Amino acid sequence: MIESKLKIATCSLAGCFGCHMSLLDLDERLFELAERVELDRSPLTDIKELGECDLGLIEGGVCNAENVHVLMEFRARCKILVAIGACALNGGVPAMRNQYDLKDCLEESYLRGIGLVNPQIPNDPEIPLLLNQVHPLHEVVKIDYFLPGCPPSADAIWTFVNQLLSGQPLALPYTQIHYD
Amino acid sequence: MAEPDALIQTVHDIVQRHGGMPTRLLQILREAQDSLTWLSPETLDAVAGKLGVSPDKVRSVAEFYSFLYTAPRGSYDILFSDNITDRMLGNRELLHALCDRLGVGIGETRADGVVTVGTTSCTGMCDQGPAALVNGYALTRLDPPRLDRIVELVNGQIPLTQWPREFFEVVSNIRRADILLGRHFADGAALRAVLKRGPEAILEELVKSGLRGQGGAGFRSGAKWVSCRNAPGEVKYVVCNADEGEPGTFKDRVLMQDFADLVFEGMTLCGRVIGARQGFVYLRGEYRYLLDALKATLQRRREAGLLGAAILGDPTFNFDIDIHLGAGAYVCGEESALIESLEGKHGVPRIRPPFPTTHGYLNQPTVVNNVETFATAAKIAVEGGAWFANRGTAESKGTKLLSLSGDCKRPGIYEYPFGVTVRRVLDDCGARDAQGIQMAGPAGHMISAKQFDRRICFEDLATGGSFMVFDQSRDILDGIRNFTHFFVHESCGFCTPCRVGTSLMRDLVTKVHTGHGTRYDLEEMRKLGRIMRVACHCGLGQTAPNPVLDSLDQFPESWERRLRSTAFEPAFDLDAALEQARQLTGRSDPGAYLREEELMLGTMP
Repeated sequence: MIESKLKIATCSLAGCFGCHMSLLDLDERLFELAERVELDRSPLTDIKELGECDLGLIEGGVCNAENVHVLMEFRARCKILVAIGACALNGGVPAMRNQYDLKDCLEESYLRGIGLVNPQIPNDPEIPLLLNQVHPLHEVVKIDYFLPGCPPSADAIWTFVNQLLSGQPLALPYTQIHYD
Repeated sequence: MAEPDALIQTVHDIVQRHGGMPTRLLQILREAQDSLTWLSPETLDAVAGKLGVSPDKVRSVAEFYSFLYTAPRGSYDILFSDNITDRMLGNRELLHALCDRLGVGIGETRADGVVTVGTTSCTGMCDQGPAALVNGYALTRLDPPRLDRIVELVNGQIPLTQWPREFFEVVSNIRRADILLGRHFADGAALRAVLKRGPEAILEELVKSGLRGQGGAGFRSGAKWVSCRNAPGEVKYVVCNADEGEPGTFKDRVLMQDFADLVFEGMTLCGRVIGARQGFVYLRGEYRYLLDALKATLQRRREAGLLGAAILGDPTFNFDIDIHLGAGAYVCGEESALIESLEGKHGVPRIRPPFPTTHGYLNQPTVVNNVETFATAAKIAVEGGAWFANRGTAESKGTKLLSLSGDCKRPGIYEYPFGVTVRRVLDDCGARDAQGIQMAGPAGHMISAKQFDRRICFEDLATGGSFMVFDQSRDILDGIRNFTHFFVHESCGFCTPCRVGTSLMRDLVTKVHTGHGTRYDLEEMRKLGRIMRVACHCGLGQTAPNPVLDSLDQFPESWERRLRSTAFEPAFDLDAALEQARQLTGRSDPGAYLREEELMLGTMP
């Protein structure tokens, strides 16, 4: 009997792709992973349409309307949804703008910045509209698991994904989740 | 404010009166505030200087207690008791009406500095509410006519001593008496018994009686006294826990008001048995109105040879009692926090063991018992252990005082033998239409009508005595939400699971109560509750989730009918969060909106 592979999707919302780089740091373990799972939508596959998945890994918080749509689509199509990294868990660096009014942020970038030509706030419908604040994922959809770190180390991701896929209780060694 | 010299003199006099002892810090600060209306930085520095302790320590104590003010307050400081039983009696309407009439916001001081109006935790007047405190003195049975008078008195700046006495009348409402409240007790009888029969014999009677701590924890009193008696140490102490802070409980108030002699006799007896010469009553600040009468009783007992030096003429029997007044901190009802507070510190529970019986007040062996326990012990010394053990159940001997309030015709104090059913109590107090009972206060358990045949005893429903009735017209969640606010206010802030957990629990309950909740939130409450039960430092945090967890089991329909949907709901309005960007960009294309019907909300688990 051929066991069907588990399907995994990943994406980066308001993040820096650092968590995805950490995923690539699995190095040769990626081969082992590839034998057990199939990647669906992910920056690594360039698949644009999300299919029905077993596991969704999301880095980055929610900063604009597109993020909301993508996150909700992931929630609807992934059996298990995991927030990965500081931005997904808490908003992280992008959320530092939360202490300023959105108007001030946009004006600082597009009207008052040094060296701007034809300064104006971009309003092309192609560009996702910004939310007035950046939110962690769990304020928008239900999140099943949270993997902290900036980024979580490749070892932490490996432990987590392995335990999850094999149905073991989740227990990360201290060395993989301490940050000092 | 007082002139600098006058301030220094006032502080000097108060500190002198307390012998310059740092253990009296809380009492000193209370008195300084009584004289100066609030504790200014200059006052705190002066106290620190006179006592020779660091200003930071003084400040930390001043900031810990609700009734100590480090910012100016009005000359009339009015605090409404905000227990759910006060709310049932309409205290919120009265509070708003009073604030309107006085022209002051809730929790604020009027610009002219004459009056402050706010709220406080249960003041223990649940059978005669709505209640309040004015400058620390209890006001009972508030109603619109009384409020009108209070407005006049405050605006006319009439001194408190000239306010109508009936405003301050506190009645005892003893509805059912048994062996503790019903039988006559001759002052000194227990002390004569211990002199005649010796401490060992009295201890034997106490052990035989099976008496357990009546504060609610139920530790065997005989074992506690034996342990303290046998503990090494020259100096030992007796402490009476009259910090009756559990909302809905007021039986200790009645004992201190009507049976103070019996309580003091129990303490003196304990002193003789364990070999202590000093006792303390830790009286909750809300019962300030009892202080003068209690001091007079102590003096009378000294004059009658029942207290002080050479009690009953025996030169080896020396014991005296001091009364410490609390200052509005529920956590000080926990015995080790109470001891910390007695020592003049802020009331954070100690790590136990060691227990107070070996390391209590000033690290010396100490018996801490509840008011009712001392009163009962005095009776047992006279009547014998068998007499007491005759009543009650196998594991819960004797009787228990219950404080009944909420939706019943005859609220007040009921003394029953242990083992009485909830139904019997409800019948006796005239609660015809009960939906549920909050037993033993917010930290206790909520039970529904299905459980009214359960029995009040340590084998089944243990209680310190609080018994709040909710009838069918009530929304159980109103009570639960009130209790979560109570715990947020009373958490001492020492440990994270309690400090953060109580706030998270309040937020979740509020989310559901206001119609934004989902089944997911109910699950979160259960998870959070489980963490708090195992991770909190002391009983306060460990029991804080009880009303939420109990009501989720007992009254699921009360929660479920509030749920917005059974799926997850975002914590904020998604589309509204785009409004500012829409305005800045002037966009109105479809991509500029997050309309609920277009989102994949419906398909989410």
